[in-house]
Amino acid sequence: MSTAVTEQPPRASRPKFRLGALGPLVALALLMVLGASLNGNFLTIDNMANIVARASFIGIIAIGATFVITSGGIDLSVGSLAAFTAGMIIIIINTLVPSVGTGWTSVGIGILAGLAIGLAGGAANGALVTIGRIEPFIVTLGSLGIFRALITFLANGGTLNLNFQASDTYSPLYSGKLLGVPVPIVIFAVVAIIAEVAMRRTTFGRHIAAIGSNEQVARYSAIKVDWVRLMTYALQGLLVGLAAVLYVPKFGSANSSTAVLWELQAIAAVIIGGTTLRGGFGRIWGTVVGVIILELIGNILNLQNLISPYLNQAFQGAIIIIAVLLQRSRKTT
Amino acid sequence: MTSAEGTAVPPILSANRISKSFGEIPVLFSVDFDVRPGEVHAIIGENGAGKSTLIKILSGFEQPTSGTITYDGKAVTLPPNGEAEELGIVLIHQEFNLAEHLRVVDSIFLGREINRGGILDTKQMNEKARALLETLHVNVDPHARIDTLTIADKQMVEIAKAISRDARVLIMDEPTAVLSVGETETLFEQIARLTARGVAIVFISHKLDEVMRISDRVTVLRDGQLITTVEARALTPDSAAQMMVGRELHNLYPPKHEPDVDAPHVLSVRHLTAPGISDVSLELRKGEILGFAGLVGSGRTAVAEAIVGLTHHSAGEIELNGRPVNFANVAQSVSAGIAYMTKDRKGKGLLINMGLRPNLTLLTLKNHVRGVFLDTGSEARALDRAVRRFDIRARDASVRAGQLSGGNQQKLMLGKTMESEPEIVIMDEPTRGIDVGTKQQIYHIIAALAAEGKSIILISSELQEVIGLSHRVMVMRFGRIVGELEGDQITEEQIVRHQMGIEGKAA
Repeated sequence: MSTAVTEQPPRASRPKFRLGALGPLVALALLMVLGASLNGNFLTIDNMANIVARASFIGIIAIGATFVITSGGIDLSVGSLAAFTAGMIIIIINTLVPSVGTGWTSVGIGILAGLAIGLAGGAANGALVTIGRIEPFIVTLGSLGIFRALITFLANGGTLNLNFQASDTYSPLYSGKLLGVPVPIVIFAVVAIIAEVAMRRTTFGRHIAAIGSNEQVARYSAIKVDWVRLMTYALQGLLVGLAAVLYVPKFGSANSSTAVLWELQAIAAVIIGGTTLRGGFGRIWGTVVGVIILELIGNILNLQNLISPYLNQAFQGAIIIIAVLLQRSRKTT
Repeated sequence: MTSAEGTAVPPILSANRISKSFGEIPVLFSVDFDVRPGEVHAIIGENGAGKSTLIKILSGFEQPTSGTITYDGKAVTLPPNGEAEELGIVLIHQEFNLAEHLRVVDSIFLGREINRGGILDTKQMNEKARALLETLHVNVDPHARIDTLTIADKQMVEIAKAISRDARVLIMDEPTAVLSVGETETLFEQIARLTARGVAIVFISHKLDEVMRISDRVTVLRDGQLITTVEARALTPDSAAQMMVGRELHNLYPPKHEPDVDAPHVLSVRHLTAPGISDVSLELRKGEILGFAGLVGSGRTAVAEAIVGLTHHSAGEIELNGRPVNFANVAQSVSAGIAYMTKDRKGKGLLINMGLRPNLTLLTLKNHVRGVFLDTGSEARALDRAVRRFDIRARDASVRAGQLSGGNQQKLMLGKTMESEPEIVIMDEPTRGIDVGTKQQIYHIIAALAAEGKSIILISSELQEVIGLSHRVMVMRFGRIVGELEGDQITEEQIVRHQMGIEGKAA
């Protein structure tokens, strides 16, 4: 029942309280209480801002994944594509430095190129899924391997480092503040708000949900199924590009282990947030909460030495499985 | 039909004062029902009358809120989830429970495979399956994959599976809804064979003529109440329909208003060849209802899908108001004024997990956009209008489309189609599986649309419906049009002769 929550017609007289809809928020609150009770520094503004800023890479990618998953697809290549794009941004800026200098011109070109590369990578996935009629799981598993190999190849097995002066120009995009709020958080928030509106209040969002719910019905209802599908993958790619654009100034480098298993975190965040894995219903705010939940768990593991942070990804893996189990039991009752 | 009437054969399965509520909503009120060995007992009633709930209780899929079930003389609590099959009570669902990728023999023995030392004894299973299909006169290859079978053959496999489990009570939910006339005959022969062996048959049907023909007794439900259980012979179609709806049904079909002979042709199709059809030509006049008759699979749906661009035609021309058109997708045909309403409500027509409002406006969402945003207020007003115009009845406005009764789903789909304000509407089986009261409403809506000047192509497997509504009838067979009937020629006999290939144009 909870899956139909956003579709409540205005005429519904009494708003029904549904725990399922608020589940992610409840989990978030419980984690905050747990974190605060374990460590006095947990609830400080600095730590919270740090958590959200760190969550912004995965968050921006997971917002794209929400669209893809709501339409009934999946994209496993996001981590590899992010690493590849980050590598390309570094290479492009470094190449421009001798002729253009270390200022915003070369950095700006690098940023635009990063967005374009992400968009192209996503669109390629989408074209193979729609025009090529290949299962998205297979397409993106294949491109996961391709992009990962490409970054390793570009770095020649080592690490690509951004030109030092260019890095100084670029770094405010991650470490700077806008009205006192860290820039990545601002960008994350803007993307989330636009995405939430697009999902709920535009034909694009409605068509995505319809395709994920039943592709045949969508086709018989004059929806251009292939085009909408392609757009979800292209959008995912663009957002991966944006995440890479924010990632480069943070670390100033990229190598073969950059963004490993980000797809796991992105998909986990989407599912925790209440988007149905089989498609048909998605909510962006849930994904945002999901990303923060994952980051909180990592943070708590790091602050406490109770459990090794090396097990962080085991937690994320387990959370994905449990979240899907919960979705299933909700559906059958 | 062998009949147990008048004799003192005790019932094999009976329900005594059964009531059932889902949450706070009661759906059955103290209903009595029984079936005797070798008897065919039909359950009829409008959608929402409680028929499906009753058969689910009789087969253990639902537990009654109060009342008792007696099986073979003993009060029992039937086990859930189809485990009652072990006891000999088998329910054949409307949507079959067959794994499409398995073969017939695997399906028949599914869950009860014959083993020898942990290895499947395929030889013995093949022999047993073959013998079983033979005794039932089912002409299906035991090695054929389920997804290669026709719907009728799948149903026969379900029955064979039930018999292989020594079913003593066979319960069928609208078994003939998806069958053609010929396939229905085969099913009835099968039912006669089963009753001769002493199997008790319970079935739900919306087709009163069938009910009259093959049942021994008929139970009428209305709004969850038992209205009566009578000998089938004591019933006439009129009296049965009257008991189902609780009022007299006058004029099931509205009077026909023939379109003017010089009314312009709005749609011309010439020599159309597409997947499943070849060389199909037709003309449709403004304000005309053109019936399409033929057996299931004769190509009627394929014609519709080729016209609106769901499939691509390899030859032929389509003209709309005299201008040639060639639609690549539904979006183009809808904006040109042709809408196709599918027969597959749940698979292709409605998003069953979504609410009424997004379903209604899905086809015409761009009419509800302000700037870049969806105007949900405008959508809600459209829903209000459709609810009034098509009398869509929902418990409240927040229900999902899948929770509506079949008749209301059909009306919602009709509303969705008409939202695009088409000049030409192709309706594919617009009354499949819905009750007679709703059928009558839909017939009047169709006639009213034609009177307004809309042109309608009516595809239906119910001959009475085609005859009662159409101004002209095309009959299809094997992907071709084999007959065109007008005026007094539109009779059941003529249509059947054409669709069976006894008469008609050279195919």
